[in-house]
Amino acid sequence: MSATQLAAASNAAVYASMVTLTFAMVSFAISFASGRRRVAVVAPVPHQMNSSGSTAVLTRSAGGTPTNDQTGIRSANIGMSLTWLGFVVLLAGVVLRGVWAGRVPWGNMYEFSITSALGILGVFLLISLRRDVRWLGLFIVIPALLTLGLAVTVLYTEAAQLVPALKSYWLIIHVSAAIICAGAFTLAASTAGLALVQSRAERRGKSGLARVPSAEKLRTLTYRVLAFAFPLWTFAVVAGAIWAENAWGRYWGWDPKETWAFITWVIYAAYLHARSTVGWRGDRASWVAIAGWAAFIINYFGVNIFINSLHSYSGV
Amino acid sequence: MSKQELILPPMGALGFVRYTWRQLTSMKTALILLFLLAIASVPGSIFPQRGNNPLRVNEWIADSPVSGPIFDALGFFDVYSSPWFAAVYLLLFISLIGCVLPRTKVHWRAMFAPPPPAPRNLLRLPESMSFEASASADEVLARGRKYLSDKRWRLLVAENSVAAEKGYLRETGNLLFHFSLILILVAIALGGLLGWKGNVIVRTGQGFSNTLTQYDAWGGGRFTGASRLSPFSFTLDKFNVEFERSEAQRGAPKLFEADVTYRRVPGADAENVRIEVNTPLEIDGAKVFLVGHGYAPHFVVRDAGGEITFDDNVVFLPQDGNFTSTGVVKIPDSDPQLGFQGIFVPTAASNNLRGPISIFPGPDDPAVFMSAWRGDMGLDSGAPQSVYRLDTAAMEQIGIVALRQGQTWTLPDGSGSIAFTGFERWASFQIAFDPGKEIALLGAVLAITGLLLTLFIRRRRVWITATTNTEGVTVVNLAGLARIESADLPGELQLLCSVVSDLPDTASARSTDEMREQK
Ligand code: HEM
Repeated sequence: MSATQLAAASNAAVYASMVTLTFAMVSFAISFASGRRRVAVVAPVPHQMNSSGSTAVLTRSAGGTPTNDQTGIRSANIGMSLTWLGFVVLLAGVVLRGVWAGRVPWGNMYEFSITSALGILGVFLLISLRRDVRWLGLFIVIPALLTLGLAVTVLYTEAAQLVPALKSYWLIIHVSAAIICAGAFTLAASTAGLALVQSRAERRGKSGLARVPSAEKLRTLTYRVLAFAFPLWTFAVVAGAIWAENAWGRYWGWDPKETWAFITWVIYAAYLHARSTVGWRGDRASWVAIAGWAAFIINYFGVNIFINSLHSYSGV
Repeated sequence: MSKQELILPPMGALGFVRYTWRQLTSMKTALILLFLLAIASVPGSIFPQRGNNPLRVNEWIADSPVSGPIFDALGFFDVYSSPWFAAVYLLLFISLIGCVLPRTKVHWRAMFAPPPPAPRNLLRLPESMSFEASASADEVLARGRKYLSDKRWRLLVAENSVAAEKGYLRETGNLLFHFSLILILVAIALGGLLGWKGNVIVRTGQGFSNTLTQYDAWGGGRFTGASRLSPFSFTLDKFNVEFERSEAQRGAPKLFEADVTYRRVPGADAENVRIEVNTPLEIDGAKVFLVGHGYAPHFVVRDAGGEITFDDNVVFLPQDGNFTSTGVVKIPDSDPQLGFQGIFVPTAASNNLRGPISIFPGPDDPAVFMSAWRGDMGLDSGAPQSVYRLDTAAMEQIGIVALRQGQTWTLPDGSGSIAFTGFERWASFQIAFDPGKEIALLGAVLAITGLLLTLFIRRRRVWITATTNTEGVTVVNLAGLARIESADLPGELQLLCSVVSDLPDTASARSTDEMREQK
């Protein structure tokens, strides 16, 4: 394929995945809305152990979405399939972009963004292999679509060579870790937000969002995801520091990008502490998780676009 | 350790100190201090910082004569060395040490102590079960012991119960993580005290030797004297640079690299090396980084009689991405003194409306815009003057003109001429020595290791009691305790249940357990 064909193919794949994801979003939304109209019926789960008052034993079996609503389940399943399809097509788009540019596709904001959307979907799909998270689909596809929308409208640039500061294998290590974190942080912000909604409903004695697990389960999921993402983010920051030492002669210089990476790290450390502090483990911890994500997003878009930083290399 | 008792302030000075200390080292304080640290870091990303960009700081203050000095006094332009920022992180680290030391002691004891014995009523624990077994109580306990010790649980065996605990590495990892943070802080301090960092601009063909006077800017650690600088030297032989020409990202740098010849000590063999952006040159622990580059136009100045008074390349500093660069030429020995302010553009804009601004960073159509001044350039005041600035306060402007390469401008007042004859490139290097950086890296590696241990190892206890009741039946109670985040305990208890009882699926239970262990 010629360069122009590659370029066209990559862009077409990105647009195609956006269309697919839009349909996925609609399916998830139908599932979400249809669940709201009925009261979810929690089926008693057969249980052979004589366990005294243990609800935790039920976690696995009841962790899913007990409901008798067939339409809702079917459209959620369609949503999942479309998300897989959207992911694969987007993956093709990102790979083609890399082939076109002749390097890893992480040279500018457009490329970071389409890869981050891939990261958001990827972390979600990975979790969906191990547990039933269909109820989360809507809140994953929306941020992925927003990222892609911003990428193709505001951030689009033609592929060009890497600026010299980016020519390093640390780019691959540092950025791939950061992109997985982007996915995990976004997912955790979604579950933390849902936990806030659920806990509000629970406080008022209502059943909350149908199909969505209880606030406590959402908080546990948030913790699990962040417990995975925090060491990875630590690693990404350290890799960035090693790279900065290589490129600029100092491993830490309080450049705005570095500063916000640090702020993000501190907020997530605070989140982990909040989880083991009396009076903080509930809604407050959820708010801290959302604040961490906000810091990450400020770093991602805010610093690159509005603040003059050593890292604003990439012609946006 | 996460539970907090309500502590009322006791009387007396010692009591107050103790109370303050308890508060400082409480988890809630740590949490608040972490938030404060995050918030205190923000202004440094919004205001320009002296350490990164002193010129922008000066501009900022000059542009806002009222708020500028106030922000300056508050340390907003040196956030990360300001007293309030230091206060936050020092308090955090004091709290950290106060928190971690007692926990280390507790953990040290716990590592050599047997797990706590079974509570009186196991079935009160949230995770528990009770069942009857056909084997004898001794047999049940023996099976439980064997299974648990095979899985490397720690055991406390009593008459009719077994207590077991696993996952001590979680706390070890947690302590390791917190101690590593201290190590990183120490490494940063070490770098600040013993390290140094300097910047120097070297023109093509020129040399540099590592002594204090040769640096354009130097930031030394408190305990680094100039005598500690290792005596290397190098010459910039050639500087290669290329810019993107395609429409996308036109003008973005594609490549820049410096070919240098260096000697480790005076008189040593000369070695050739290429310094690129991500590949510095390392000499005696000091690293030479290529950080920037620019143009040095060449001028020849003659006096009224045609005598050459100046004939050299002058370093011009780039002001934008297209290398519109500014610099000055000073002729202090002429009478009256003569000075030129210049703007060099590597590619002049074809429409003059845009003024002296370059439209491409490569030298496609180089030109200079010179403004000539006559009078007293203020050298006698004794204050050191920047070579990049002309003090025109006591000078009078003679004229302004644009010159292409090869053109000569005869000054309108008849005091001589200036010719723009060509240009050369220069490269700027940052030379840094940081003895703390390996320690910081070690700290980071240990921190990540500790984190992985603390976040992925589950600490839990289980107890088995087996008794024979009045009818001669063995009654087995199982219970477990774990933190909420590691809610895999029910599965673990169920496995234990099938191991100690005579359930037929013991074998399959074992195998799933082994799969679990392998994950
Ligand atoms: C420099 C600041 C600090 C950072 C970045 C930090 C970070 C962390 C992290 C990432 C964890 C793991 C959380 C987990 O196990 O779930 C943790 C746990 C913990 N930290 Fe810190 N910490 C800091 C300061 C402190 C201070 C000052 C204290 C004492 C008041 C403290 C006490 C603890 C305790 C008790 C735990 C264990 C909680 C648990 O087991 O879940 N930390 N810390």
